[in-house]
Amino acid sequence: MLEKIKEIVADSLGVEADTLTAETTFKEDLEADSLDLFEMVMAVEEEFDVKIETEELENIKTIGDIEAEIKKLQA
Amino acid sequence: MIGRICGTGSYIPKVAWDNNKLSEMVDTNDEWIQERTGVVRRHIASGEETTSYMAAEAAKAALADASLAPDEVDLILVATISPERIMPSTSCEVQKKIGAVNATCMDVNAACTGFIFALNTAQAFIGQGIYKNVVVIGAESLSNLVNWQERSTCILFGDGAGAAVVRAGETGHYAQVTYSAGNGGNVLTCSSRNQKQFEEQPKAAETYMQMDGREVFKFAVSKVPEVIRELLDREGMQPDEVKYFVLHQANERIVRSVAKRLKEDIGKFPVNMGEYGNTSSASIPILLDELNKKGELRAGEHVILAGFGAGLSYGASLIQW
Repeated sequence: MLEKIKEIVADSLGVEADTLTAETTFKEDLEADSLDLFEMVMAVEEEFDVKIETEELENIKTIGDIEAEIKKLQA
Repeated sequence: MIGRICGTGSYIPKVAWDNNKLSEMVDTNDEWIQERTGVVRRHIASGEETTSYMAAEAAKAALADASLAPDEVDLILVATISPERIMPSTSCEVQKKIGAVNATCMDVNAACTGFIFALNTAQAFIGQGIYKNVVVIGAESLSNLVNWQERSTCILFGDGAGAAVVRAGETGHYAQVTYSAGNGGNVLTCSSRNQKQFEEQPKAAETYMQMDGREVFKFAVSKVPEVIRELLDREGMQPDEVKYFVLHQANERIVRSVAKRLKEDIGKFPVNMGEYGNTSSASIPILLDELNKKGELRAGEHVILAGFGAGLSYGASLIQW
């Protein structure tokens, strides 16, 4: 799942997927702003068929956080 | 009969506020606004520049461009959510101001999709042979509905008007796909100020525009590509047969995201929100007028117009220039 998330993040934010890890932070490492996050989360929602609530976005700081959130929603 | 746009016009308020001016009013800055919205300036109606005044000026310019006399107009449609009066309609005010004595007049409220829905209405009347010369206008004084203390929304909007003359003809191509989704409407609202308790609560926040930015962004970037694809599929056309995609100018990031999702070159998506901000129903006809006046549109070329906004409402129209 992490690999797929990395692909989505790479495509959304225009970075190389192999430079990303679970610890990569959106704001600091990737300099993503709130709209970048919206777009990326939308792509994740479509890929994994889940809905991430807006309130949860504040807790999503790294690629690993996304993975954890999806696993929680799919559980 | 098919309606064909044969003239365009617009009116832009004289006073412009740049992002630096807004940074003196709320906690924001030019760089933040530009990065997230693409907006640099917006024009603010003042003095005689009411919604109907701007609509009439845009209509006059469009009629001049179409070489059509005001008394030849038989329908005036004004799309607006910010009329200066509830009645008479803004379109009747326009009729009076431009001398279109033979026209029937009514307004359309579909927020940022207003111009698309009004254009469809024009096409329906033309298709039925009821009217021949229609002036379709989008005009807004959103500065009256903006909460200037709310930094997440006040940075986005501006005032202005755009118009198109649609004429009945034997040739041409027009197709449309439209939707309304009232169930999702609470993410972008502005309550009426005409309410019983208004005297007691003159500054009630809900009488200014309120928006759930993330939900509106999601709505726009998912539904706009969808409706454009549906339109192209229905007409059996490929995206490369379309010269321009003229999207409602809500936010440059939305436009970029739509282009990406359609896998189309961003160069086919003209933008001007840097100069005007989001002018709701006026944004598409203002942009169309700019393209027309720059000579970017040649007879026979196909253009897709797409609007999305409060309602929720959204739709796309395929026009042949």
